[in-house]
Amino acid sequence: MSVTRADPAAPPGGPAGRPTGRDEPDRHRWRNRLHRFDMRFTPYLLVAPFFLLFLVFGLFPIIFNGVVALRHWRLDDATLTGWAGLANFEKLLTDDDFWNALYNTFGIFVLSTVPQLTLALVIASVLNRRLRAQTWFRVGVLLPYVTPITASTLVFAVVFARDGGVANWVLSVLHLTGDEPIDWRSAKWSSWFVLATMVNWKWIGYNALLYLAAMQSIPRDIYEAAAVDGAGVWRQLWRITVPMIRPVVIFTVVLSTIGGLQLFTEPMLLEQNAQAARGGANGEWQTIAQLIYKVGWKDLNLGYAAAMSWALFLIIVVVAAVNALITNRLGGGKR
Amino acid sequence: MSTTTTPQTPRSRRRAALTGRAPADTPGSLWNYVFLSLVILFSAFPLYWMLVIATSTDAALAKIPPQVVPGDQLLTNLREVFSMQDVYFIQSLANSAIVSTVVTVAVLFFCSLAGFAFAKLRFKGRNVLMVIVILTLTVPNQLGVVALYIVMGKIGWNGTLLAVIVPGLVSAFGVFYMRQFILEAVPDELVEAARIDGATTMRIYASIVLPAVRPALAVLGLLTFVGTWNDFQWPLITLNGTDYPTSMVAISDLASGNYVLYRRVLAGALVATIPLLIMLFVGGRQIVRGIMEGAIKS
Repeated sequence: MSVTRADPAAPPGGPAGRPTGRDEPDRHRWRNRLHRFDMRFTPYLLVAPFFLLFLVFGLFPIIFNGVVALRHWRLDDATLTGWAGLANFEKLLTDDDFWNALYNTFGIFVLSTVPQLTLALVIASVLNRRLRAQTWFRVGVLLPYVTPITASTLVFAVVFARDGGVANWVLSVLHLTGDEPIDWRSAKWSSWFVLATMVNWKWIGYNALLYLAAMQSIPRDIYEAAAVDGAGVWRQLWRITVPMIRPVVIFTVVLSTIGGLQLFTEPMLLEQNAQAARGGANGEWQTIAQLIYKVGWKDLNLGYAAAMSWALFLIIVVVAAVNALITNRLGGGKR
Repeated sequence: MSTTTTPQTPRSRRRAALTGRAPADTPGSLWNYVFLSLVILFSAFPLYWMLVIATSTDAALAKIPPQVVPGDQLLTNLREVFSMQDVYFIQSLANSAIVSTVVTVAVLFFCSLAGFAFAKLRFKGRNVLMVIVILTLTVPNQLGVVALYIVMGKIGWNGTLLAVIVPGLVSAFGVFYMRQFILEAVPDELVEAARIDGATTMRIYASIVLPAVRPALAVLGLLTFVGTWNDFQWPLITLNGTDYPTSMVAISDLASGNYVLYRRVLAGALVATIPLLIMLFVGGRQIVRGIMEGAIKS
């Protein structure tokens, strides 16, 4: 819209605003106009791409998602598009698949977030020492970050195979399992453990770098004072480092909540015949994001899938807020 | 032997504590190095195992104890991947390259422009608009996938690369990141001086801002490329079953069916991972710095 206003809009404010007006050569006037237009409208042109794209492909779909959730919307029957009212949401409440997926999602989420952030903290505090080959170590912990989740998930799927998988082989060598190899995909606890391992593997290094960044801005004399008071390494970590980097800890908690509750690629590719999106023979590890995919693009019921994604959105908002609050308290925050 | 060494350790440790060194000044102990090395090994393990599987025969993979060194069957496995019907693996690699490159270039361009405007230009509503950008950072776009799919269907883009490219052309994170960088990297005086000399906004962008933000462009470019290349869910939804999958979708195609040959799947996955490993190898230092700088400021 700013483009259409450009040339015609210049005159109204123009002559009155400029005292020199008439006797200027045309070239100067043109230049002045250009300058004023440039100062006024160019900034909007520069930020426009972001807002246009966000409106069309970000905000609108999310709102429209709400509309779709209130309608019948099937991919296999284009005529069935009437209002459903709250039918999709009512269905949600009594849908065992949904509650099962919700349960799985939370289970995997807890198993992955807590060790992930704790280990990241420990790794960051070690990386914060004066080390040789420092850069090398920092780049090294980022290996999982650049590895495609599809690729690493498939590797883990092989490692945790029932027969011939390395995990079972190691356990049997260590005499930790009986005669029967563990069938990792057959039970909730074991499949959750496998998925949590993948998630932890992927994100520990990334979070460690976030923590490391925050740690480096802690003033050194605080540690000196603590050391004089006789605080050891662990004490310094929990009493000084963690409280000082609390904002970043909260940030990572929120990030991993958002990520953890939307877990999709790992559960999809853990099973053979990935695109069935079953999450195990009996949905042992089917997550909500996976269920949304199944309902929408396998069962072709987009309306119901939209309702699920709205529910997931609300759950994420609530959980992220609660988590941030708890973390803030634990870290000794005032609010 | 141990009795002679033990008295020394506590004393030196106590002395270190008394002089009170911050962690950043404390030299890493042997245990620190051992610990970090284990972490790196754990980080690299899936990559290594991918190599082992991708280079082996079925028979070698079925052995117990499992073989732990790479085999020599990589070419055979790759040939199978590339000749598979209905998967279009070569095409998918090309598609991934196109999508990631276009998205990265566009993100760098649009985000540096917007970041420049937010950091150095004065205009009505600037602060409100910036708050909106930051708020959108917290909205998981992924949750609109159902509606996005319908929207793309109406435009007729489902199943084409446009569906994957266009929504990624700018990112809120990129705008935010560039703004933070430009705030510090470009002095206000320089912009003012250029204005007085009669430079237009775009001229200032091209000759002052762009050269100054090169490091940030490198970081944002690397992060964007890696992120786009690895994206799976949305490409799967919109491109699955078409002739235009990205490499991530093609990998999941390879892994779909009643009988999955992992040596074949992972040979494909290995190929799709190599560009990213090269990026980490070349730009690792920048990526690390970028992630760390992004953290402090957010």
